[in-house]
Amino acid sequence: MAMKSKHQRLILALLALVAVTAAGLLAASALKDEAAYFYTPEDAKVKGVEPGKAIRLGGMVVKGSLKKAADGVTIRFDVTDGKATVPATFTGIAPDLFRQGSGVVAEGSFDGPVTRGGTFVATELLAKHDERYMPRELEGMTYNETTHQMQDAK
Amino acid sequence: MIAEFGLGALWMAAALAALQLLLAGFGVAQRRDDLLAGVRPVAVAQAMLCCAAFASLIALFLRSDMSVLLVAMNSHSAKPWLYKFAGTWGNHEGSMLLWVAVMGIAGAAVALVERGLRRDTHMATLGAQAAISLGFYAFLLFASNPFARLYPAAPDGKGLNPLLQDPGLAFHPPTLYLGYVGLSVAFSFAVGALLTRRVDAHFARAMRPWVLAAWVLLTLGITAGSYWAYYELGWGGWWFWDPVENASLMPWLAATALLHSVTVLATRDALRAWTVMLAVVAFSMSMVGTFLVRSGILTSVHAFAVDPERGSFILGLLVVYIGGALALFGARVGTVREGKQFEALSRETMLVVNNLLLTVILGIVLIGTLYPLMTEAFGRKVSVGPPYFDSVAGPIALVLMLAMVVGPLVRWRRDAARAVGTRLIWPGMAAVVGFVLLAFLAWGRIGVLPFLGLAVAAAVTIGSVMPLVGRNLRRTPLFTWGMVIAHFGCAVSLAGMASDAAFTTEKLVAMRPGDQIETAGWIVRFERVMPLAGPNWVAMQGDMAVSRGEGRTVTMHPQSRFFPDPPTDTTESAILTRWNGQLYVVLGDQLEDGRWQMRIWWKPFVTLIWLGGGLIALGGALALVGRERRGWMLRWRQRRNAAEEAAA
Repeated sequence: MAMKSKHQRLILALLALVAVTAAGLLAASALKDEAAYFYTPEDAKVKGVEPGKAIRLGGMVVKGSLKKAADGVTIRFDVTDGKATVPATFTGIAPDLFRQGSGVVAEGSFDGPVTRGGTFVATELLAKHDERYMPRELEGMTYNETTHQMQDAK
Repeated sequence: MIAEFGLGALWMAAALAALQLLLAGFGVAQRRDDLLAGVRPVAVAQAMLCCAAFASLIALFLRSDMSVLLVAMNSHSAKPWLYKFAGTWGNHEGSMLLWVAVMGIAGAAVALVERGLRRDTHMATLGAQAAISLGFYAFLLFASNPFARLYPAAPDGKGLNPLLQDPGLAFHPPTLYLGYVGLSVAFSFAVGALLTRRVDAHFARAMRPWVLAAWVLLTLGITAGSYWAYYELGWGGWWFWDPVENASLMPWLAATALLHSVTVLATRDALRAWTVMLAVVAFSMSMVGTFLVRSGILTSVHAFAVDPERGSFILGLLVVYIGGALALFGARVGTVREGKQFEALSRETMLVVNNLLLTVILGIVLIGTLYPLMTEAFGRKVSVGPPYFDSVAGPIALVLMLAMVVGPLVRWRRDAARAVGTRLIWPGMAAVVGFVLLAFLAWGRIGVLPFLGLAVAAAVTIGSVMPLVGRNLRRTPLFTWGMVIAHFGCAVSLAGMASDAAFTTEKLVAMRPGDQIETAGWIVRFERVMPLAGPNWVAMQGDMAVSRGEGRTVTMHPQSRFFPDPPTDTTESAILTRWNGQLYVVLGDQLEDGRWQMRIWWKPFVTLIWLGGGLIALGGALALVGRERRGWMLRWRQRRNAAEEAAA
């Protein structure tokens, strides 16, 4: 049983190496699934997303698309990246600065195949929570660009 | 004048840090006692000047001196004094000044208090500490001067982000910084020991209290930050896997590993190179965290400055220090003699298991945090979020918890498998009973991870107190109590996390004043909404009468606040704490038809999360006192004897 050999240090170093490699491999394999975690509406339409798979959907809220449901806590809106538009719903208290024509990153999943009109059911809206905040994934989309994109989307 | 005094003090502190580095460097290299004699006084003077600079900045904020750019950008004369005070470090420059001030204090403490190290190692350690400080002084003076003047002075300031206007700001960042910077001491110890070729049990015993102290403060800082996010953001969550949260978790993971390996080195003189390596890694993680937060490379509430120059400066510091330390490690690791060997079934092996698992979790969190930055360099934007961290780090954390049950029940040096098995009967039974009970009560209704989490928490609860079984409790050393309490705290925290994930009930409704709903046994009645004015905000405040069973009716007051400077809305949740959980109420927006959005959670045993965090920190503090008390007593007695002799 005893590790009397002088190789104990080597064994420990190898163990550490194995552990770090294992961490790397585990992370890499999980990231392969999760790297697709962020979708734009175009990604969702072109690549497709399994219904029920947790993703982040990012884009701009189409002007005039925001509607409140009768229960008072559900909202419906369309998310666009200029190239494609998908419908979304959210039940909850929308962030204060969530409004039409602003960027939004929503966490949730589609309730059906995107190509056949599936709706994105958001569980969390990571809209701007102060004037200066922009979801990191939407950086580079300037306001002009986005209004432009929204006109294109019509 | 105060600003110029502060800036002057900062420059002088930087000069003294340079002097400290030179004295220690030449003194150690040429064995010149006359040079070394200067190191400790210089370290203390440097700390005093640095604190004077920080005190100046606090004074400027308290006086709302709008001729100072930093104050004008981040403060407002109408703010309550507590937030003027805490707002000193609620911005980039101020928080970096806090960082160097804390570093100066830590350096002075090493100079004044440390008695266990050999003199040359001690001096080399102080030199390393000065080298780190110097980099951060340069960063402050050249890239983020907190004392820059604004001409003409602003009529009033731009105000502090209202999310930061909370008593939490006064406590959370300084505690966390004390922890981060405490790890810089461990780093300096490692560098000092490598330079003077003194990596041994003696060195480990000297380093251990510093690691323990840093770890206790990090634990407290993270726990406080988590509770702050929980009540302030109004999302009902307590951990979001936000990069900035990860930035504080990574040093904690490394410090936890270091804490355990340094014990192996101190007790059994094994794991020498590994412990030194971990000390380097732990502080590197503090620096990576600072880089992530301060460079503005990640957008979050915490990232105050989006300034590429600063980012590259910190990245430069990161490369120099980590690269330098790793190069030194590579050059000197050959001179670190192999430590003592140990048997396959021994406490040492279990602590190696602990270290490996912690390292794996650290790697997973690090990769997940940096991955979006790496892909973005190749033009692809991705998010890595809770699904990744929960599913990958979660199960390994549970395995680590199980190892934590076994570890303390295995003897140092060598143990018999059968004896260990016998000691594991009770924790094993607890896990099985917990599992069966849960399967019976909640099978299929709760997720796999919370389910296993609760079962493991049961095992850890029993396992953590097993080291006390059969001992005379009054004669059990304080540091054993510390370990038991810290491990018990892990079980408590895990139980809280799993319970919150498994049993939280949420109600989301639109209510009119007078409406009443029922959730999880609570009856919540919406009485009215009234406008309310605070010192620098106005709010709509709801009156919610809540009661459960026969209990007394309590009124809760969730608010929706508006801050004019800068214009921001925030929600102030109302939280009612009972022994078995918290009722959490958020007031949302008013609809066109007059109803108000209302979000109500009942979170069973969620408080255990932070209670556990507190217990973990308490355990660390007890271990620290337990280990050091003997030394303190000895020194006190020596001093008294010396005084008596002098008197006689």
